[in-house]
Amino acid sequence: MTYTQLAVLGVLAVVGWDLWVLRTRLLTRRVFWMAYGIIVFFQLVTNGVLTGLRIVRYSGDAILGSTTPDDRAPVVLGDGRILFAPVEDLLFGFALVVLSLSLWVAWGRRGIQREPMAGPPLSALVPILARVGGRPPGAIDRASGGPLESPGSKGGGPADPPATTS
Amino acid sequence: MGRASYLAVMAFIFLGTAWLEIGLRTRVYRRWRRLLLTLLPVVVVFLAWDAYAIAHGHWWFDETAITPVRLPGGIPLDELVFFLMVPIASVLTLEAVRSATGLAVGDEGPSSSAPGGSAEGAGAGRSGADPGGAA
Repeated sequence: MTYTQLAVLGVLAVVGWDLWVLRTRLLTRRVFWMAYGIIVFFQLVTNGVLTGLRIVRYSGDAILGSTTPDDRAPVVLGDGRILFAPVEDLLFGFALVVLSLSLWVAWGRRGIQREPMAGPPLSALVPILARVGGRPPGAIDRASGGPLESPGSKGGGPADPPATTS
Repeated sequence: MGRASYLAVMAFIFLGTAWLEIGLRTRVYRRWRRLLLTLLPVVVVFLAWDAYAIAHGHWWFDETAITPVRLPGGIPLDELVFFLMVPIASVLTLEAVRSATGLAVGDEGPSSSAPGGSAEGAGAGRSGADPGGAA
């Protein structure tokens, strides 16, 4: 099979895996798509370095575009490539991310280190996060059930350490 | 950068996400057993894909830009690092978004999980449910 075919199969496989096998249903959740948006941005950057510098090279027989040239960088955009990388890499990355996150959530659902849950952010970061679309200061914290910035706020689990900010 | 070129990109991914563990209290590295259980199947599946792709000439590497260490199947050590760093960075990002937004991820526990409904999760984390304290 070509990389193109495998990449499409990989995406279909992880979609079925998340929705119907593990039933983690991450693909139906806003939190997943917000995280994936951040991840795919940095994938384009880092993969652009790996493929643009030709650290990783591809065969035109396996991808929609043509073979990575021997003497120069591949085209930035076009010829089946986005920021130097074959479009197949986006599907490959999506499969890698969905498999990883669905397993992480599935272990948590089974009670494997569900706690201590994530959050809240360091109080110094809260105003910055609120500006970029996070929960506003003073919002109810899911894990602790208390206000975000309350000094005694803890993350939930009995093993939770004292807050690191004073 | 020579033979450390590929690994330098991996170091960027590591350093670019490690701060989330402290800054957004993601508690991912701290839950290292859950993380290892997550990484193991991912590494197995994607190293198999990598081995197939290398064997069939789908992709190959600039030998002057990667370490000389090879795993079975001719897979560069650098690729193993990739299949560890990218899942770790992904989990850190997911937990960071959870921390920053309070959105539900689906592992909040039986008391607060709401199966069914396509809109589930959106905003559910703001309900004030206290799954941690209920345990």
